[in-house]
Amino acid sequence: MAAEDVYRQEFPVKGGDFAKAGTVACRIKELLKDLGLDVKTVRRAAIAAYEAEMNVIMYAWQGRMDLAVSPEEVRITVDDQGPGIADIELAMTEGYSTATPEMRELGFGAGMGLPNIKRNSDVFHVDSQTGQGTRLEIIIRTNGHKP
Amino acid sequence: MKLSDLATRLDLKVYTAGTPLERPVLGGYASDLLSDVIGHGRKDDLWVTMQIHPNIVAVAVLKELAGIVLVNGREPAPETLQQAEREGVPVLGTRLGAFELVGRLYGLGVKGS
Repeated sequence: MAAEDVYRQEFPVKGGDFAKAGTVACRIKELLKDLGLDVKTVRRAAIAAYEAEMNVIMYAWQGRMDLAVSPEEVRITVDDQGPGIADIELAMTEGYSTATPEMRELGFGAGMGLPNIKRNSDVFHVDSQTGQGTRLEIIIRTNGHKP
Repeated sequence: MKLSDLATRLDLKVYTAGTPLERPVLGGYASDLLSDVIGHGRKDDLWVTMQIHPNIVAVAVLKELAGIVLVNGREPAPETLQQAEREGVPVLGTRLGAFELVGRLYGLGVKGS
């Protein structure tokens, strides 16, 4: 499917580490900018990465984000070990959230995480095993703006 | 309008001393939900919120917001300030509530989408 990747990097994400929340997404944004991708692709990938990173921090015990960039697309794969998502369709509904009251007080749990990823990606797959973990595959096409 | 002009005209307190306020503000967004700002905020918006924890800086960086204004006299957490200065995100504050501040911003030409 994808042509050869010009860049790959792995980022570990620790569940519950709110102090570092957003650092992987910011790093991905910088990397994509440095690779010369167009502003819109960088922005979409950064938003998708942020929401995916926050989901791992809020709900999972640990996880990993893999960034792969080819001339055609940016792929972000997220694997976490965590409780999983019991009802993926429900979780994709804007406004639905299982965030705790403490998280909501901090402004998390708007129920917009997965919808924001969907809106900012061209391909989005969610796979989840309850009690084991969740895998997200996110693809953002570069639309000819090659790195 | 520049952030520095808005700060002067609305008597906003500037918490990030080392961050320039010369950026233009092209619009505004008010919300306390981070993913709402991620979803609906726009580049160069001024963000009005009462959240003070460090994650607001990451949201501002990712969305390339013009700055953050904390309402109701809330002060940024020390880690928020450190991160904001490191990332060059202006953090300001006001004693006004969100409704009143947004009204005054709107009166000065800062509008939503």
